[in-house]
This record gives sequence, structure tokens and C-alpha cells, in this order.
Amino acid sequence: MTTQNKETTVQDSTTSPGTSTSGSQRGPASTDAPAVSIVNVGKIFEGKRGAQVIALEAINLEVARGEFVSLIGPSGCGKSTLMRLIADLDQPTSGELTVFGKTAHQARLDQEYGIAFQQAGLLPWRTVRQNIELPLQLHKVGKAQREKRSSELLKLVGLADFSDNFPDQLSGGMQQRVAIARSLAESPNLLLMDEPFGALDEMTREHMQGELAHICAETGAAVVFVTHSIPEAVFLANRVVVLSPRPGRIRAIVDTKLGGASERTDHLRESTEFFASVSEVREYLHGSDATPLGVDNR
Amino acid sequence: MNTTATPTMQVETAVPGGAKGVRSRSARAPRKSRIATWRKAGFGALGIVFVGLMWELYKFIGPEKGFTLGDITILPRTNDMSMPHISTMFERLMEPLTGASNSVTMWHAVVDASAFSLYVAAVGWLIGVTVGLLLALIMQHFRTAQSAVLPWIILSQTVPLIAIAPLVRRWGSGIEIGSFVWENWMSVALIASYLAFFPVSIGALQGLNSPDTNHVELFRSFGVGWWKTLFRLRIPASVPYLIPALQLAAANAVIGTIVAEVSIGLKGGIGRMIIEFAGAAGGDPGKPWAPIFGAVAIGLIAAGVVGVLALSVRRYRRGETSA
Repeated sequence: MTTQNKETTVQDSTTSPGTSTSGSQRGPASTDAPAVSIVNVGKIFEGKRGAQVIALEAINLEVARGEFVSLIGPSGCGKSTLMRLIADLDQPTSGELTVFGKTAHQARLDQEYGIAFQQAGLLPWRTVRQNIELPLQLHKVGKAQREKRSSELLKLVGLADFSDNFPDQLSGGMQQRVAIARSLAESPNLLLMDEPFGALDEMTREHMQGELAHICAETGAAVVFVTHSIPEAVFLANRVVVLSPRPGRIRAIVDTKLGGASERTDHLRESTEFFASVSEVREYLHGSDATPLGVDNR
Repeated sequence: MNTTATPTMQVETAVPGGAKGVRSRSARAPRKSRIATWRKAGFGALGIVFVGLMWELYKFIGPEKGFTLGDITILPRTNDMSMPHISTMFERLMEPLTGASNSVTMWHAVVDASAFSLYVAAVGWLIGVTVGLLLALIMQHFRTAQSAVLPWIILSQTVPLIAIAPLVRRWGSGIEIGSFVWENWMSVALIASYLAFFPVSIGALQGLNSPDTNHVELFRSFGVGWWKTLFRLRIPASVPYLIPALQLAAANAVIGTIVAEVSIGLKGGIGRMIIEFAGAAGGDPGKPWAPIFGAVAIGLIAAGVVGVLALSVRRYRRGETSA
């Protein structure tokens, strides 16, 4: 399963600049555990008057280190919920979920992941630089070190000239870039993204996808990426997880075989492999459970 | 491995004119806002002049004896006793307070009384703001406290001030701890705080609860607790709600002070002066207006001080203009 990640040169890229900033927080015990391990996880929301909504059912998924996994499915299928379980913003009702071998709760406290939402969610009273430094400041990283890290990240997301601007002076795409830089601030080995480009126009969106692919190649972080755009899911991911409508189950996992993150450039969008994967995902997405489609959950 | 130079170049071409647009906008901003400030001040002054003009205009064209329909007075009398000229009011301010040879001038007496009332109001404001903020914090932290405390806070404001004033005075007069003796002005300050805490507690609660789920969850994902979230997120986010609340509290504290001075019978403040001078209207029409100007002045000073405070936390109000 995880062998496909050989070409992404995970080990090389994790040692890229910045990993030293907060690396001390991580225990050595978790070095060989997968980024995310989900075993038989279910989530039931208690509604009004005892009504139950089954959001997720029997989810089994493993995300290897440095792997990019997209979650896709019809709206309301629980893809965001699944990401929120990994982030420990919600707790599963059943099953077991670990992040780098730790419980999701511990992983959150240890800052094992960075997170970005559909709304950039920048604090309007902080400059771009201060927004990026927010998690570092909250975790008492020294001023000089904070500044060094934020300068690196500003350069990485191409906003070095805007460090002293306030969020309301930036376009939506730029705000989202700041949010991504912020999620990278503590050099996490796992990025959780909930439709981060959902509110952007198509042009900016494609550009940001290219940016993200580049950032992933640079940092070597594993990514769980929630989206409802098929081309976006395929373009970015090593594997695309297709969820069924409620109750959310994994209907199929499509291996895109499109190469490492560094190969995700614009000409990939024109390639036949890309189109093949897009149509494969689309078939799973639109097919019903009643008609088996040959390939099952691998 | 790619170099970092590539994405930077991509970005700059992808955001046409982005850098330029932002820079020129921020450079233009100060001059524009200065003009806006002057314009605002100009309109404010114009408003005062307008009220004065209306007063004099009515005095000029209105009926001398007023106009009554049956027993109901529709239009007030315009004679010099009922409606003195604005110039009379200001002239009176410059004259001595009493006929005695060693009397201070009227404006001097008014300034003294105003300063005293302003001091009492300020103490009341500080107590009110402190209590209001604490209540808001408790209500934010404990959801059950919110449902238990909020109704009482609202209920507290339905009790008429005149009813509490004598009670507070009586309770206060019993207090004597060591060298500390409760004085009447403290009762007045307490009553002022009773009016001042209300807008603060309501405004602060709304402000502390104003960050959306997005931000709250972000802080949760950072793995930080309630206190850090409070100082880095909730308090900064509450500033736009807090400033108007603090201004309301300042106005309330001034009103509370003046009314409490009257109902407790505290000497030395502007409230007592208003009552004392009101009786003089018959022979000295300009006199009752002097303490009224004083009351207006302390109201303006109180609101102005909060306004200046607001300037220092301007950056926290950025979210108000655009999201």
C-alpha cells in the first residue's frame, strides 16, 4: 500500500528548511507510525429528540508519511467530519484513530498537524506576518526564531512583499496563502485541509493547486485534503478516497499514479493519465452501491 | 528539489497589479481620513450652531405669551424669563456667582462642581466597567452562568434609580472598617456604577462570543486553553463591541452621578447645583443654564476620553470595514 510513496522522496524533503523550529516537540516513539491510521471508525451525531444521524460508518484508511490523500464525495457525506476527527475537533463514536501513533487528542496537543479551512480565518487585527506567527507565539517560540520562520514561509507562499499588510488589504487567494503559511508554521508532518480553495475563482484555484503541490514537495508533509472538485482531488493526490452519500462509507480508493508532488505541474492537467483518473473518480462518485464497479476498496 | 524562487515569480505574475494596488491604497489613506475628520468636526459644530439659531429664531417669531389650547401648552413662552437669549446665558457665566463682594465668578463655581461630579462619575465608571467585564467573562466561561446571571442583569436596570439611591445611602452609612468611613460621594459613585456596568456586561459578552467557530476551532487545533484563547482571540475580537459599550457606560455614569447627587442630596456636585439654581429662574434667567452647560461639558468630556482610548486600540477595529 505505502510502496507507491517511494518516488515522492519523503525522507529527503522532510529535512528541508524549518523542520528544526519546533521539532523538539515530537517524541522519537512515533518515527515509523503512519501519519494517520483509521480503523473501523464511525461517527454518529445525536440530533434533536434522540434522532441519530450516522455521518460515517466503518471507515478504514491509512495515510502514509508524506502521502497526499484527497477525500471526495457528495456534499453532506461526512468528508469534512472525517477530517475533523483526525484534527480532534470532533470525536469518533466508534473505532480507533491514531495520528503518528498517538491518539488524535495527544496529536493535537503536540501540534502534529497544521490545519486550513475553507475560510482563511485570519485575525483581522494582525498583519500577514503576525498571522503566520500566531501558532508560534501561542506556543512561546522566541521572537527571533518566529521572525526567521515567518520570513521563510512568506517567501515560500510568495507574499514577502506583503508581510506588513493587514488581511483586509489582500485578495481572497492571498488570504488563503497566508492561512496555508500559518498551517505550516510549526513544520508539521501532517496538513489537514478542508476545501481550502473552495471560495476561490477557477484561475486562482488552479494556480493555488500548483502552489500547494510545490509546497508539499518542499516540506514532505502528509496531506489530508477535503474537496468536492474531482480535477482538484486528482491533480493533487497520490490517492483519492471516494465517499458515498450518508451514511458516509469509503466507496473506493483511486490510486492516481501521477508521480510525486514535484511532478504536479500544469502540463499534468493535459495528460491522458490525469483524464483517466478523473473519469475513474467520477464513475465511483456517480455510481450507486447497487452496481459493483469491479474494483473495490483496496 | 525546486528552488523557492519559482513560486515567488509565479505569484507576482498571477496577481496582476496586486502589490501596486495595495501600496497606493495605504499611502492615500491618511490624507483622506484627515479630510474626513475635519468634515466630521465641521458638521458637529454646524449642528450646535443650528440648535442655537433655532432657539433664537423661535424666540424672535414665537408668541410672547406662548400658545395654549385649553389647559395644554402647545408653544412655550418666549419672554426673557422663560427663554433667555443665548448671549444672556453666556454673560451670566462670566458674572459673579452671588452679590457678595468676595464671590467667585459663575463659570469658576460651575467648573468646580463639574470637576467634582466628573471625578465621582469616573470612579463609578471604573467600578461599573470592572464589574461589567467580570460578569461578561464569567458568563462567557460558564454557559450555565449566562442563563442564571443574564436575566438579573437585565432586571437590575428596570429598578428606578430614585428607589435605590436612599437605600444605598442608608446601607453605606453603616459601613465603617478601621479608618475607612463610607462617605456620601461613594454612594453616588456606586449608583453611577450601577448604571454603567449594564452596557459593558452586555456588550462585552457579545464581543467575547463574537469570534466565529472557524477561529475558535483554529485555536483549539493549536491546542491552547481558554486563557490564551481569551487574550489572543476573544478580547481583541470584542473591541468593536466594547468601545460603544464603554461610551454608553460613560454617559450612563454621568447621568447616574447627577441623578444620585440630587436624590441623595450630596453637596458640591453639578446635580445639586442644577436643583439649587433652578429656583432662581424667576429673577435671574441665565443662572439655571450655567450648571446645565457644566453637565453637558462633563458628558462630552467623559465620552471624549473613551473616544481617545478607542484610538489606541484602532487596529482591533479593522474587521469592521471589511472582512
